[in-house]
Amino acid sequence: MIVFILCFILFLVGLFGLLTSRNIIKIIIGLSFMEFSVYLFLVLIGYIEGGQAPIVVKGIDIQMIVDPLPQAMVLTAIVIGLATKAMLLSTAIRIYKKFRSFDIRKIRSLKG
Amino acid sequence: MDQAIPVFVIIPLAASFLISIVGGRIGGFGKTISVLVFLSTLIIILTYLISGDHASMVYKIGGWEPVGNIPIGIYLLLDPFSGFMLIIINGMAFLSTVYSVNYITKYTGEKYFYTLFCIMVAGLNGVVLSGDLFNLYVFLEITVIASYALVAFGTEKEELEASFKYQVLGGMATALILFSVGMIYWYTKTLNIADITKILASSNDRMLIQFSELILIAGFGLKAAIMPFHGWLPDAHSSAPSPISAMLSGVVIKAAGLYVIFRLFFNMFAITWEISVLITAIGTLSMVVGVFLAIGQWDLKRLLAYHSISQMGYVIIGVGMGMMIIANGGNIALASLAITGGLFHLINHAVFKGLLFLNAGAIEYRLGTRDLNQMGGLFEKMPLTSGTSLAASMAISGIPPFNGFFSKLVIIIAAIQAKFYLLAALAVIVSIITLASFMKFQRYAFFNGTSQNYAKDGVREVPFFMSFSMLVMALLCLALSLLMIPAIRESFLQPAVDALLGNNEYFINLLNL
Repeated sequence: MIVFILCFILFLVGLFGLLTSRNIIKIIIGLSFMEFSVYLFLVLIGYIEGGQAPIVVKGIDIQMIVDPLPQAMVLTAIVIGLATKAMLLSTAIRIYKKFRSFDIRKIRSLKG
Repeated sequence: MDQAIPVFVIIPLAASFLISIVGGRIGGFGKTISVLVFLSTLIIILTYLISGDHASMVYKIGGWEPVGNIPIGIYLLLDPFSGFMLIIINGMAFLSTVYSVNYITKYTGEKYFYTLFCIMVAGLNGVVLSGDLFNLYVFLEITVIASYALVAFGTEKEELEASFKYQVLGGMATALILFSVGMIYWYTKTLNIADITKILASSNDRMLIQFSELILIAGFGLKAAIMPFHGWLPDAHSSAPSPISAMLSGVVIKAAGLYVIFRLFFNMFAITWEISVLITAIGTLSMVVGVFLAIGQWDLKRLLAYHSISQMGYVIIGVGMGMMIIANGGNIALASLAITGGLFHLINHAVFKGLLFLNAGAIEYRLGTRDLNQMGGLFEKMPLTSGTSLAASMAISGIPPFNGFFSKLVIIIAAIQAKFYLLAALAVIVSIITLASFMKFQRYAFFNGTSQNYAKDGVREVPFFMSFSMLVMALLCLALSLLMIPAIRESFLQPAVDALLGNNEYFINLLNL
């Protein structure tokens, strides 16, 4: 149970960073923390105490292998996360070129 | 026909790769291919609906049959509700690409535009067809990554800032949705929507399910920009190129947000009183607050974007009232009427809001501004834009005989019959304020009598393809009123409502038991 609580704390750390920081790179890092905590949660739900790798070979106890589906999901989610992070960071680079700043207080051309 | 289901994803996806490879070498390749692609998908879905066969169809990717009644592999499912959404998606995509043929010439990088457009539509088609929770999440991400890039397409200050906001909030939504999918998988050990329904029906533990329901509402609410989560929408929708604004407002917030909420809460979770009250409450909130935020706007596209929030509120209260009636064990026919109103308004909003954004794009194309104060007297210079935008403005503010009137009427009648008098009154008041706001748009843009300002600037009617799209949509604004005729409604709108209500049918078809 303690690992789930730690995982949730990681989620909150990311949310806190996202909400309070003013540097757009730090906002992206906060967002990454949130996503990583979710990936961690996905891996944890497939885990069992003393589990083995989910490869069916002779002499392995089927009851003791971990659930492979969350691992497949996490791999997919990590790849998607990579794409969104690449997109975010490239936007951040373009923003820096236009505004000469990473400070969100200075990036305010949209109002209303 | 069931072998044709993956075509909706495959054709746009293949076209996008083809355009990104060959698009730069052959002139006009991107626009030709994407117009043809969306025309062909539109024809395929229209033949499905016109054939009158409303049976749902399942396609099992890779041919993985269920093992011992437990589905493995990913299932795609086409039922009348998915078909209804596919018509909106592919029809709007077709008209927007036709419009883009002229419009996008003012940007560089035409081939990237069509590449991203095709990826976005492939993702949207996947979202509405998917019968697997994780697969739905993957298609959703395909859609939103393409739309992040399309919002930033102009790469000026405003576009980049809007895209950044959209990406951060979209990233939060992604994390919440993935978390919720994980919770549901933890509890049910399956990702197939029908299988989840079966397991949830036989469970008593409500705590975990309610928690994941709330997180799902937050996640998809962020994608749908309903009221507490609407912060990104006015920026993103007003900064994108106009055909993309039309797609984002007309299609993406519906297919990626509202469709999933409706599908999951009707067909996967059991409808509970608390959740239906919550959904109706946020719908009412976005309907009322959205219109008040819109009224003070002078940026044309921003005004339209705030109205999108408000009009989505109508869709949500229509369907939410249906959920409340069902949760109360009330009259199913009445619930069906309310949901019909909601879905009817959904397709109407796609048409008239798409048209309004295209009109805004046409004005911006000739004048180079979106500020209402700098327009005026365009009625004589751009008669077609003026006429079509008048049709769309009357449709959105609910003036007969345009389609918006009938869908609002159905929602209000359903609210009165179900004794939600406050909702009915609010719907009428919001409609009047919408009318005021669009009268302001008409007056300042078209009838303010300063047409001599543009005498030398070459302000004239927009080119053929832009005019064509706007004209077709204006005709659709009138033609969709025909859905009120019972015979047409029975064959087009009613199957979609029945697909939502008859949750057992969805689940039998998906499991193929």
